[in-house]
Amino acid sequence: MKLENLTFKGGVNVPHYKELTEGLSIEKAKEPEIVYIPLHQHTGAPCEPIVKVGDSVKVGQKIGQSEAFVSAPVHSSVSGVVKSIENMPTPTAQNVKCVVIESDGKNELHESVKPKGDLENLTQKEILEIIKEAGITGMGGAGFPAHVKLSPPQDKKIDTILINGAECEPYITADHRIMVEYPEKIVFGLKAIMKSVGVDRGIIGIEKNKPDAILAIKEAIKNKPNIQVATLKVKYPQGDEKRLINAILGRVVPSGGLPMDVGTIVCNVSTTKAIAEAVLEGKPLYERVVTVTGKGVKEPKNLLVKIGTPFKDLIEQCGGFAATPGKIISGGPMMGISQYTMDVPIIKGTNAILVMTEEEAKPEKVYPCIKCGKCLEVCPVRLQPLYVGGYAIKKNFDKAEAYNALDCVECGACSYICPAKRPLAESIRLAKREIIAKRKSK
Amino acid sequence: MDGKVVDTSKAYEVALENELLVTSSPHIRSGETVQRIMLDVIIALTPAIIGSVYFFGINALKLILISVASSVFFEALIQKMLKKPITIDDLSAVITGILLAFNLPASAPWWLPIMGSAFAIIVVKQLFGGLGSNFMNPALAGRAMLLTSWPAHMSTFTGTRPDVVATATPLAIMKYGMSPDGAASATASATTSATIEAVTSATSAQGAELPELIDMFIGNIPGAIGETSALLLLIGAAYLIIRKVIDWKIPVFYIATTFVCLVLFGVESEFLPYHILGGGLILGAFYMATDYASSPVTPIGRIVFAIGAGFLTALIRVKGGYPEGVSYSILLMNVATPLIEKFTKPRVFGGAK
Ligand code: SF4
Ligand code: SF4
Repeated sequence: MKLENLTFKGGVNVPHYKELTEGLSIEKAKEPEIVYIPLHQHTGAPCEPIVKVGDSVKVGQKIGQSEAFVSAPVHSSVSGVVKSIENMPTPTAQNVKCVVIESDGKNELHESVKPKGDLENLTQKEILEIIKEAGITGMGGAGFPAHVKLSPPQDKKIDTILINGAECEPYITADHRIMVEYPEKIVFGLKAIMKSVGVDRGIIGIEKNKPDAILAIKEAIKNKPNIQVATLKVKYPQGDEKRLINAILGRVVPSGGLPMDVGTIVCNVSTTKAIAEAVLEGKPLYERVVTVTGKGVKEPKNLLVKIGTPFKDLIEQCGGFAATPGKIISGGPMMGISQYTMDVPIIKGTNAILVMTEEEAKPEKVYPCIKCGKCLEVCPVRLQPLYVGGYAIKKNFDKAEAYNALDCVECGACSYICPAKRPLAESIRLAKREIIAKRKSK
Repeated sequence: MDGKVVDTSKAYEVALENELLVTSSPHIRSGETVQRIMLDVIIALTPAIIGSVYFFGINALKLILISVASSVFFEALIQKMLKKPITIDDLSAVITGILLAFNLPASAPWWLPIMGSAFAIIVVKQLFGGLGSNFMNPALAGRAMLLTSWPAHMSTFTGTRPDVVATATPLAIMKYGMSPDGAASATASATTSATIEAVTSATSAQGAELPELIDMFIGNIPGAIGETSALLLLIGAAYLIIRKVIDWKIPVFYIATTFVCLVLFGVESEFLPYHILGGGLILGAFYMATDYASSPVTPIGRIVFAIGAGFLTALIRVKGGYPEGVSYSILLMNVATPLIEKFTKPRVFGGAK
């Protein structure tokens, strides 16, 4: 079966803006002087600190953990001294307990950071334990702990692992550069994942606007008949998990269901690299590749950044602002979260910092809906955003629910295309929160 | 920004001075705008406008200009009176004006489009909430109103040759001119004002001959000023489809259904091309049935809508009292639109069958 030029129904063409950074090699970011490491960077239970103020820590040392199964430990990204443990804003939430560590600049590795042995000799259980201990979470989206994702219940038969290299968000090139520069790590990580789940088919899906990444990965999978590359049409949101599964495997994840319901698990490229490094080097997830980009920064870059580094350090390293900034976004322009402050730290799930200029960030005038139906055409879930959003704006959340608001993946395609500039995704997101809150309180 | 460089080594201070905008994603918007869509429709209608002046003379231009000007005027007026924001810059009133004029015969008096646009804009469009909320196509509703109130003015068609004063449209010829007692039977039932249209058409249809098909295609035939040239309308329609302003499914299913139903109703094959090219079917299918607010937004709903309109058009033409039938079919389907949408809600991806 040829896996070429695949895609899903619906979606929208968005400008890429990737030319700013797609040709730039990953650079090591400057050593941060102080890091702010949140104890809750993932979906699931927050960690409790296991260090105290005044403790000396080393790179890769575990500093927070939780007894809960759905959680992921956090590690220090520098060697130095714990200055304080306090509540601070992070890119995804307002008040999160963070461990503040002052770096001594020596970057001494913790003794636990050492190779975990030959993949051939590791058992399924051992690999999962390595991944769990390394604190690996999904690095593209919600930050779901990887070891939980890779431990499906017995009754879910998994036959294929998909690696998500679509990277369909405009501007972001972190995964792209990783695939070009570390293709063998991606392939190794995929092999480790396949072994941990007990599956012998792996497919790496890449959008066709990254020919160099496709080439590099194809080169790296030579003589590996059970791993394939699938090339994908360039369309937003191709990288949405369920869209990716639909495009590559032709399967439809049921509404409210998970990929494992249709026999597959999807991992993002950065996550796969982190898994490879956890096995090969024993390295916990304490640094990641971040694209710092946008018209608002002078020199956009792909940086290898330590978790806990404040946004402002990185923007400074990219030459500072090129124009008066209007918005600073954690992530891409379609799904990223705009920030109140540049003091927030990079967390495991931060794939980009996007600085939009004041001019670009200007809100557009909203007109009444003209019923053109364009939002329906682009919605990958086949919702009727004009009605879901329309009821949501009127705070009629029951009606919004009846129009399947909860199936919305918040991709933003509807708001993007709307000629009347209606805040559809924005209001549907709000409705979802309300509906879920109401369900919980019942 | 115009490449202005803020000189700063300390990014932080700049951001502090400057309030950062915090909104929910997405943070970018496409270049699509309401104005652009409306402008595209106007562009698409331009060949037919030029054609109408060429075929019907300067009176056609006068009617179009009066119709557009009064539509825009009434929109501004009623919005001002209702203390709503004035939105004539969205250009939608211009389109209503053009389409309304397109439905008039070239011989129509100058005040006819003013009456029509007042009704279309004030009653049908603005009193129901303005652009996007009108449940009927304003231009068509305006035409229907004019036809009921001034049937004689609405159905006295001048030919494209200046020496011919009153002629019949090809569909009227087919309906009345072909049967020996066409005019008589139509006259016999002329008890309501609406049937005067039939009588007027039928009288002039007596003994007339069908035009050449090529003339019909180009538009060199009697009829309402904007509906006669299939060629020019199709050029504009192709533009709209390429620009993704209209959904090709509506016109294609509409016209195909009309065709199939006419065949099923026993219309002879030599008349079929006249039915497709004549009677405003092209104008209606591509430019009226595709009106956003009054047609369904759901993909299946659009097909149902088009099939319904096609069936009704054929039914009215063959069994009904009017030779044309396009506007009433579309208006009827406009009314059915909310119901159609309700029953054609798309199945959510991964949702239960
Ligand atoms: S895209 Fe915007 S204007 Fe068009 S139907 Fe949807 S909400 Fe209405
Ligand atoms: S309704 Fe939700 S899923 Fe559909 S396009 Fe809008 S944001 Fe995306």
